[in-house]
Amino acid sequence: MKNVSKIYGELRALDNVNLTIEQGEWVAIMGPSGSGKSTAMNIIGCMDKPTSGEVLLDGQDIAKLGRRELTEIRRDKIGLIFQQFHLISYLTAVENVMVAQYYHSLPDEAEALEALERVGLADRAKHLPSQLSGGEQQRVCVARALINHPEIILADEPTGNLDEQNERIVLDLFRQLHSEGTTLVVVTHDAEVGASAERIITLEYGRVTSDNADTKFGKGNG
Amino acid sequence: MFFRMIRGMLTRQTGKMAMIAFTIALGASLATAMLSVMFDVSDKVNQELKTYGANITVVPKEASVLSNLYEVEGGGDVSNVYLKEDELGKIKTIFWAFNIVDFAPMIDVQASVNGTPVTAVGSWFNHHLDLPTGEQLDAGITSLRSWWELVDGRWLDESQTGDDQRVMLGHTLAEKLGARVGDTVELSADSGASADAGSGANADAGSGANAAAGSNPSSGSFEVVGIFDAGGDEDKQIFAPLDLVQSLSGTDGKLSSIEVSAITTPDNEISRQAAKDPSKLTIAQYETWYCTAYVSSICYQIQEVITDSVASPVRQVAESEGAILDKTQLLMVLITILALLGSALGISNLVTASVMERGQEIGLFKAIGATDRAISGLVLTEIIVVAIVGGLVGFAAGIGFAQIIGQSVFNSSIALKPMVVPLVVVLVIVVTLLGSISAIRTALRLDPVEVLHDR
Ligand SMILES: Nc1ncnc2c1ncn2[C@@H]1O[C@H](COP(=O)(O)OP(=O)(O)O)[C@@H](O)[C@H]1O
Ligand SMILES: [Mg+2]
Repeated sequence: MKNVSKIYGELRALDNVNLTIEQGEWVAIMGPSGSGKSTAMNIIGCMDKPTSGEVLLDGQDIAKLGRRELTEIRRDKIGLIFQQFHLISYLTAVENVMVAQYYHSLPDEAEALEALERVGLADRAKHLPSQLSGGEQQRVCVARALINHPEIILADEPTGNLDEQNERIVLDLFRQLHSEGTTLVVVTHDAEVGASAERIITLEYGRVTSDNADTKFGKGNG
Repeated sequence: MFFRMIRGMLTRQTGKMAMIAFTIALGASLATAMLSVMFDVSDKVNQELKTYGANITVVPKEASVLSNLYEVEGGGDVSNVYLKEDELGKIKTIFWAFNIVDFAPMIDVQASVNGTPVTAVGSWFNHHLDLPTGEQLDAGITSLRSWWELVDGRWLDESQTGDDQRVMLGHTLAEKLGARVGDTVELSADSGASADAGSGANADAGSGANAAAGSNPSSGSFEVVGIFDAGGDEDKQIFAPLDLVQSLSGTDGKLSSIEVSAITTPDNEISRQAAKDPSKLTIAQYETWYCTAYVSSICYQIQEVITDSVASPVRQVAESEGAILDKTQLLMVLITILALLGSALGISNLVTASVMERGQEIGLFKAIGATDRAISGLVLTEIIVVAIVGGLVGFAAGIGFAQIIGQSVFNSSIALKPMVVPLVVVLVIVVTLLGSISAIRTALRLDPVEVLHDR
């Protein structure tokens, strides 16, 4: 990210942010509410475009791409996890995972079941979201995010609605994904979740105020 | 997968989907009803026109002038004006002779049956003609008045020996006289009298002229072979072979009118203009007109061969019926269009609302990689499923509506024309697509960022 700004009217949600995230890194973005964390996520996740600046993903400037190309990148390279889960209420757990396969390539029930097994929900595959606890729903969401083997997984406050036990299960899953080389970007309020990451970036008023990678790699500055 | 999604979407919004289906059903049923009625009724009227026998009557010029002047039906008080029977054959010599499929000479006279004053009509019934062209024709009112119903007995038939001395009675007259088939009636004609269908008393009072003619009324006894129901004035009349009535009334070789049935080309601008005054046409127009089987050009040609005659189309009533029918059809088309527009608007609102309601869902699909095409496909498939259900229900209801309209407005049942099916299908598709355009645009415009991140 080079000199990225996102401006809503008068408000600078992101103010000239410079940031580099290496492949395979596990980054936590922290900061007070309204500091621009979600905005940054949306831009990294190709859901939104910056008002100005460059966003290079694998060397490609996504700020210059059209809607259709952004959709393709999202589909092929990015897995999304939301605080509110956003599961489809009338589809079972396994079907919710398969929706992601459907829009990516072809639904494969066996593979979807494998993904659910991985998040420890093999026995809940045929349950509707309303029949699952919050933690279980979030794990379905994780399974949906990883089903297409994305390069990057973006999670916006993934544990915000979870109890400690489920939070730990989700963090374990992140750890596994990290060990497999997936790039993880996690927005969080939770100090513990932040501490699990290898790098913590803090945003305030749309600016990067601290980045412990400075000490490690010596780059990226607000 | 896709179908599970569609099924899920449909079952989750059953209420809304039912409303959409109902809206489509409403449009489809109106379209079906209107189109069925339109096609079937115009067919029926055309059929009626075809079976309606004579479409041209030829009357003496003076009779025509007077009846036009006083707007009296049936020639009014004009007596002693006749067409010449020996010119009758010329009708089949005109340019459009082959279009003349039937004709019958008529003589109406004032007469009395068993002492009751009536109008006696002499005509052909099933008169065999060997034409100079080699053509053969069985002409007469048996075929010209095909809608008459025989209450009893049979039609007169010139080919049967003895039928030249037999008669037929209208059923009203038969009842009045108490006459039945096989009975013999006494028929006497006022010699040289022209009939006055409406007022027998008038004819009696006006017999001064007849008396002056100095002829002696003759009479005879004749067997009744048939009693008919014509549904008109003829029910009060007696019908007999032409020669019989002529000789009774002393009007040999004379005719009051000729009825002609001709196959005609529908009128257009030229023919309407020509009907008023052919001399106003340009030569080219005249040629086209004369050589086209418009009813006006056939009339014109008949007038050319029958001395002092006026030939005019008798389908005036049917034509105005036709004009009303055209207007009714236009009205029905307008109603159909409005109904379909209304249902497109309704669909548009409902589907857009349903899409908005599912904003999060659609946003999620987009976030995980659904293309615009995939989203449109989803919305469209859903609406098409609903449209098929609604369309089928509407079609069935429409056939019912058509029957109700047919019975209450046109007094006949409506047959389903095969044409209606593809038309309704196309209309429903068009309306559904029109209705879904705005919903699809709404769905495509949804920004996943907006709907997924609740702030
Ligand atoms: N679509 C938008 N329109 C207007 N303002 C927005 C929009 N999205 C975010 N903002 C504003 O930008 C700022 C940053 O928002 P956000 O990135 O969601 O913060 P965070 O996720 O850190 O709480 C907030 O002040 C928010 O109100
Ligand atoms: Mg946020």
